Amino acid sequence: MDLINLEEIRKTYLLGEVSLPVLKGISLRIARGEYIALMGASGSGKSTLMNILGCLDKPTSGRYWLDGEEISQLTPDQRAVIRSRKIGFVFQNFNLLKRTSALNQVMMPLAYSPDNVSEAEARVRAAELLERVGLGDRMHHEPSQLSGGQQQRVAIARALVNRPPLLFADEPTGNLDSRTSVEIMRMFEKLNQEEGITIIVVTHATDVAEHASRTIRIRDGIIEAGAFSAEGDGPPPLATVLRNEEGAFARPL
Amino acid sequence: MRFAKTLRFALRALQSNIMRSALTCVGIIIGIAAVIAMMEIGNGVTALNQKAIASLGANSLMVQPGMAASGGVSFGAGSTVTLTPQDCDAILRECPAVRAAAPVVGANSQIVYGSRNWVPMSIVGTTPDYLDVRQWPLDDGACFTDQDVRNMSKVCLIGQTLKRELFDNTNPIGKELRLGNVSVRVLGVVGSKGANMFGRDQDDVVIAPWTTIKYRVSGKTSGVSSAQAPANSASGSTSTAVNTLNNPYPSSGVQLYPAPSPTQAADTPQPIRFTNVNQILTAADSPEEIPAAMKQITALLRERHRIPAGVAEDFTINDMTELMNTFSKTTQLIGNLLMIVAAISLVVGGVGIMNIMLVSVTERTHEIGLRMAVGARSFDILGQFLTEAVILCLLGGATGIFLGRGISILVRLLMRWPTEISIPAIVAAVVVSATVGLVFGYYPAWKASKLDPIEALRFE
Ligand SMILES: Nc1ncnc2c1ncn2[C@@H]1O[C@H](COP(=O)(O)OP(=O)(O)OP(=O)(O)O)[C@@H](O)[C@H]1O
Ligand SMILES: [Mg+2]
Repeated sequence: MDLINLEEIRKTYLLGEVSLPVLKGISLRIARGEYIALMGASGSGKSTLMNILGCLDKPTSGRYWLDGEEISQLTPDQRAVIRSRKIGFVFQNFNLLKRTSALNQVMMPLAYSPDNVSEAEARVRAAELLERVGLGDRMHHEPSQLSGGQQQRVAIARALVNRPPLLFADEPTGNLDSRTSVEIMRMFEKLNQEEGITIIVVTHATDVAEHASRTIRIRDGIIEAGAFSAEGDGPPPLATVLRNEEGAFARPL
Repeated sequence: MRFAKTLRFALRALQSNIMRSALTCVGIIIGIAAVIAMMEIGNGVTALNQKAIASLGANSLMVQPGMAASGGVSFGAGSTVTLTPQDCDAILRECPAVRAAAPVVGANSQIVYGSRNWVPMSIVGTTPDYLDVRQWPLDDGACFTDQDVRNMSKVCLIGQTLKRELFDNTNPIGKELRLGNVSVRVLGVVGSKGANMFGRDQDDVVIAPWTTIKYRVSGKTSGVSSAQAPANSASGSTSTAVNTLNNPYPSSGVQLYPAPSPTQAADTPQPIRFTNVNQILTAADSPEEIPAAMKQITALLRERHRIPAGVAEDFTINDMTELMNTFSKTTQLIGNLLMIVAAISLVVGGVGIMNIMLVSVTERTHEIGLRMAVGARSFDILGQFLTEAVILCLLGGATGIFLGRGISILVRLLMRWPTEISIPAIVAAVVVSATVGLVFGYYPAWKASKLDPIEALRFE
């Protein structure tokens, strides 16, 4: 079964009297273990879609099955539990807590985890993850004492500390130089291949997208290409097929 | 487990802005300090009052000669002399609600012992019952007897202050001291009573038979020939040295008239009042009996003084306990005013906390959004901010408790007011400050918990 299944997801912002449709009926499927690159022009709605996928936001309409569970109309608290259980999120601007050590940053999500993780275990897990992202010697550094790439690696460790099956990254390398970007993307690739974590990355850079197993292109709130994997189970809805003139694009793992 | 984490987050957040956290607490600190200081001072005053009531003697009633009025001019309480020792005996005999009664006469005189001079605060002439009425135990020696009263014996009891000042705390029993021009022998020492409610030292006292004070020390011998005069003195005065100047033959006058027989007393139910006393101290059987005792004494004295119905009494009865209660009510009123001040500053302090918490929520919107994004539920955020507010208030409360204690200790040392630590006040202070934290921290915390993670993350 698909890990993610979106059906006719719409998101419309209301700015006073004016309604601004940003997502105009998105349908897509992502299987477990895929590595997806989400591409599109600025303002096309990538971040909006990522927020809905990452359970940070609620679609105006449409249905969203995550791991077989329909979650499009959950309450904020129910979504928080899902975020804690299943989702890791990496932001473009890192979003680290000020004046907090790397170790504490990484431990932080565990404090809100529904399965009570003890302080000691949280510490061990966080230290392990920091070790894995190559920051074993920077555990007690605060964000102001870390480089951009190091900060983003702390953020990645934090996203992984709940052991989520899904990792979202909204332009994770947008603020980094190309060499560091490559390092970060290698890390994602490794996580995808070694841990089987499903990864969805928003990016503008084609070389970044090349690491992915499939690229989804979005334009003006509509999926242009890559909504379904080539060997996807079940036929895509007709409307989407008609829209995807270029055909599904996917690379085997 | 979860709570421990919340606590740690809250402490970390407060730590990151120590100066602001401290300033936020000021209102709470002042409020709590006011409560604590007020309660401790109030407690001290109450304890002092209770001691004063106890030192007066429980349930005591003071009968004083009443007003003299002439041509519409009142001369005030005590301006006439209407109470007699017989009144005292009658009260004891005929008022069932009265446990004990003692007449009191006063004098002003100097005491000389060896080379030392002393003017005691009070010289009390009375009967042995006085100690019973005032519930004043003897520390040493023995009290004079009714016999001594009848004989005008030159004996006395002294208070602790006199023992210290005149005898340097050596044993004064059996020593002779001069009271005015009379040489009296010290029979005993009464226990310590401390200061009364007006701060007068009650231990600076000489207690002697009232006859001795009235006829020998004060030297007012005009009434000696009355029927009550020491009737049995013929049977032998116990007084020894006759060395007084103003009354060289103390027993000469009293032998002139024999004591009235019971038949004679019955024939003349209202003896002529030759002798009067300054007041009669009585004690009711119990606090509940005080009104009954007052009624009985009033009825009895009206009859004895032949006061027709509708005419004002020539005496007044003061319920000393009542007097004390009036006094403590005044202190209570002051206490209540302070309480209002404390309540106001607690509310102001609470609003201060709310204000700072709101600022803090706005400042930390981004952090809140992030915490939510990684799985914090609104409940977690609410809990965290509430915990911060409560910790802030509790720290303020703790500081306030110490400050309040400091103030009350200062008041005790500098102003010599009695203060007493109040455990209920401390418990109340803790509860109140936690409540202020909860009440005033709730709105900001609720506001934080209702933030939308995406908007919060975008904020800055
Ligand atoms: N909260 C909001 N209220 C109103 N309009 C919004 C809101 N958030 C996003 N939009 C609008 O939605 C559109 C898509 O925004 P989105 O952030 O998803 O773009 P994006 O594809 O991520 O662009 P970029 O590559 O520049 O990050 C934009 O036109 C934006 O103005
Ligand atoms: Mg974006």
